Amino acid sequence: MKKLSILLALLLLVSVLVGCGGGNGTVDNNNNNAGNQGGNQTGGQTQEPFVLNVHVGPNPDTIDPALNSAVDGATLIIHAFEGLYSLDKDGVPQPAQAEKVEISEDGLTYTFTLREGLKWSDGTPLTAEDFVYAWNRAIDPETAADYEYMFESIQGYEEGKLAVTALDDRTLEVKLVARTPYFLELTAFPTFSPVQKKTIEENGEQWALAPETYICNGPYKMIEWVDSSHILYEKNEHYWNYDALGPDQIKFILMSDVNASFSAFKTEQILFSDDIPTEEIDAWRDKPEFNLQGQLGTYYISFNTKKPPFDNKLVREAFSLAIDRNYIVEQIGKAGQQPAGAFVPTGLSDADPTKEFREVGGDYINVSKEAYADNLARAKELMKQAGYENGKGFPAVEYLYNVEGDGHRLIAEALQQMWKELGVEVSLASQEWNAFLNTRKNGDYQIARNGWLADYNDPITFLDMWITGSGNNDAQWSNPEYDRIIAQVKQSSDQEERYRLMHKAEDIIFAESMLAPIYYYVDIYLVNQKLQNVYSSPLGYKYFMYASLAE
Amino acid sequence: MLKYIVKRLILAVVTIYIVATLTFFLMYLVPGGPFLSEKAPSAATLAALEAKYGLDQPVTVQYKNYMLRLLQGDMGPSLKQRGKEVSDIIFTRLPVSVKIGSLAVVVALACGVVLGSIAALNRGKALDNIIVFFSTCGIAIPSFVVCTVLMFILGEKLRLLPTFGLNTPSSYIMPVIALALYPMSYIARLMRSCMLDVLGQDYMRTARAKGLSQTKALFKHALRNAILPVVTYLGPMIAYTLTGSFVVETILTIPGLGASFVTSITARDYPLIMGTTIFLAFLLVTMNVVVDIVYKLVDPRINLQ
Repeated sequence: MKKLSILLALLLLVSVLVGCGGGNGTVDNNNNNAGNQGGNQTGGQTQEPFVLNVHVGPNPDTIDPALNSAVDGATLIIHAFEGLYSLDKDGVPQPAQAEKVEISEDGLTYTFTLREGLKWSDGTPLTAEDFVYAWNRAIDPETAADYEYMFESIQGYEEGKLAVTALDDRTLEVKLVARTPYFLELTAFPTFSPVQKKTIEENGEQWALAPETYICNGPYKMIEWVDSSHILYEKNEHYWNYDALGPDQIKFILMSDVNASFSAFKTEQILFSDDIPTEEIDAWRDKPEFNLQGQLGTYYISFNTKKPPFDNKLVREAFSLAIDRNYIVEQIGKAGQQPAGAFVPTGLSDADPTKEFREVGGDYINVSKEAYADNLARAKELMKQAGYENGKGFPAVEYLYNVEGDGHRLIAEALQQMWKELGVEVSLASQEWNAFLNTRKNGDYQIARNGWLADYNDPITFLDMWITGSGNNDAQWSNPEYDRIIAQVKQSSDQEERYRLMHKAEDIIFAESMLAPIYYYVDIYLVNQKLQNVYSSPLGYKYFMYASLAE
Repeated sequence: MLKYIVKRLILAVVTIYIVATLTFFLMYLVPGGPFLSEKAPSAATLAALEAKYGLDQPVTVQYKNYMLRLLQGDMGPSLKQRGKEVSDIIFTRLPVSVKIGSLAVVVALACGVVLGSIAALNRGKALDNIIVFFSTCGIAIPSFVVCTVLMFILGEKLRLLPTFGLNTPSSYIMPVIALALYPMSYIARLMRSCMLDVLGQDYMRTARAKGLSQTKALFKHALRNAILPVVTYLGPMIAYTLTGSFVVETILTIPGLGASFVTSITARDYPLIMGTTIFLAFLLVTMNVVVDIVYKLVDPRINLQ
């Protein structure tokens, strides 16, 4: 009998614990999704609801349009919210909540007319006043939004009260500081979405967590969010363009492991994956599912311009020229990244919108394969001029990178080899992401990896970060002329002049060699062949609202 | 017995207090902060955030505030997952981990004890060798390999099981195997060696000599003595298994608590680090007290004083 009691005691112990845990507001994710698995969809959309399973990222920290600053969070937000304008397939802003806009002669006053009968997802009317509230909320220090600076082009930003006025329920007037050619594009940015005052005042920051309080105005509305499992969206019957929508429901599977999403994609449990394991790129590159698109971003190296030996321009230039960018892109990146000969990446347009900023500005470093030998010779020459011939007398330097992912380490090791050509022995140091950011920001490094992604489609998003004292100026760089030019760009209302100044600013970056670009980022994603009409914006946001299935 | 339990409980509270204090100060020693990102927030935003969460005060003041709030059962808000309370995060995720974890504990215990005993009784024979071989593998193979292999074979190649989530009963199979494999193998090996030890004891021979059947001797004398070390191991094992595993949850996309132990640290989400650590400490300490009491039930000779 006693032996039974032992077993019973153990079982009891286990079941007690199970009971304890189960009682507390259990989240049960048994949603009856039999047959909802993406792979089982076979066209017959009329009978069966079209539920699209996709992966764009892990559990988002927030999907509050004002607070989010992540790319995957933005994808979630643009499906639930819609700004005055929204981006189409080609990245061009199209009227969305607004039906039209009138821009004054001087380009400083925008008068938007909202569509008739706009409604929130709870059925209450949406008015121009909602935009006034949302935009002012985003810049309120109480809100503490990462992207509050996106509103700096609007008058009153400095004072904390934006010059945005609701002339009547359907008319919104916005006054700008200076002509801002990309302003319509900004209104399509998630941070510029309207939010409902009532739900936010009643629920505080929690409003963006639950379907009942996540009142939105976009094509879809949230009906379920199970943390780290999935977010389920359904068509919003109050959306003005309801009839154009594709999937009845979109289920964002919140995966944090790239092998997990890859596996789910291969087994057709999801029809879209925003990621692919690096080691699989070679095998998948030529398949029709593989999508590669330039991303507005640059992978580069920061020199700490305040600390020797990198306070010497000659040394910085030598280090930059000694990098074999093609090797890094082909042997390590492997994803079709473009070797970077400048800082502002390809894909951004110039004053003449048919030309790219990069085309007009040209490259500062010749990154063709043939030029590498010359670059290296020039680098050696520069080292000699700097007084470090063949690296003689060069102090010990350390390259800092973050440990997440293998790529940064592999690049670091390659750079170490390349800089050996200059007779320099660079040691490598790695830190965990958060500590790394801290070290780099505080300038406690000599050389470090860095990267920058555009906030919007205008070169200034790559240039204003280098003004003296900017929070993102990891190089601790300061150049009075540069600061002056950037200030001019921000005040200028003449397109030609703006772009001319921006090119001039980039000239200074490279005259000083204050950074060494390596490559322009690309965005890779996988789309099942059955899935059509899914597109991605230059900022990497994915649009599923018009998706359809092939027969 | 009661006196003993009271004494243990006081000790438990002291232990948790020490763990909490150490964690708090270690956490602030680590460089970095919760509001850092590739795009640095403006100085005004940063100041507003720090003021909002009281991070602008000296660490000792923050410590005092935190502890006072903790005494009232308030674990504070998460710094990263805006709008969420730490207690919400823990108690919505815990049930998921407990569901899988408890299944894994039962599987590990049942299979481990049985396999270990069988191996001991067949010492040196083929069956023993097979069990020893597989239990060695079970200990040596890390769980991310187990998960990946299971996912590849059962999910991708045979397409028998879903590779993510917990939507159907069948989706429990992979995580439970992945979680149970290590403790099961450990218990099997422990059980085997203890059983062998016990089987060689004089009293076993005496029992058989007095005419007790093999089965009876085994259950009545051998198993009870041999299982004691397993009980010791069970305490912390249950605490760890029920709070989930970072690796298993990440690879198999399970919304459990385990991943929060790691992600809270990389995100420098201070209140969440404290919350999860204190919670785990509480569970561990409790399990150890429970184990001691179970000891007494299994072996009355043990004196808890």
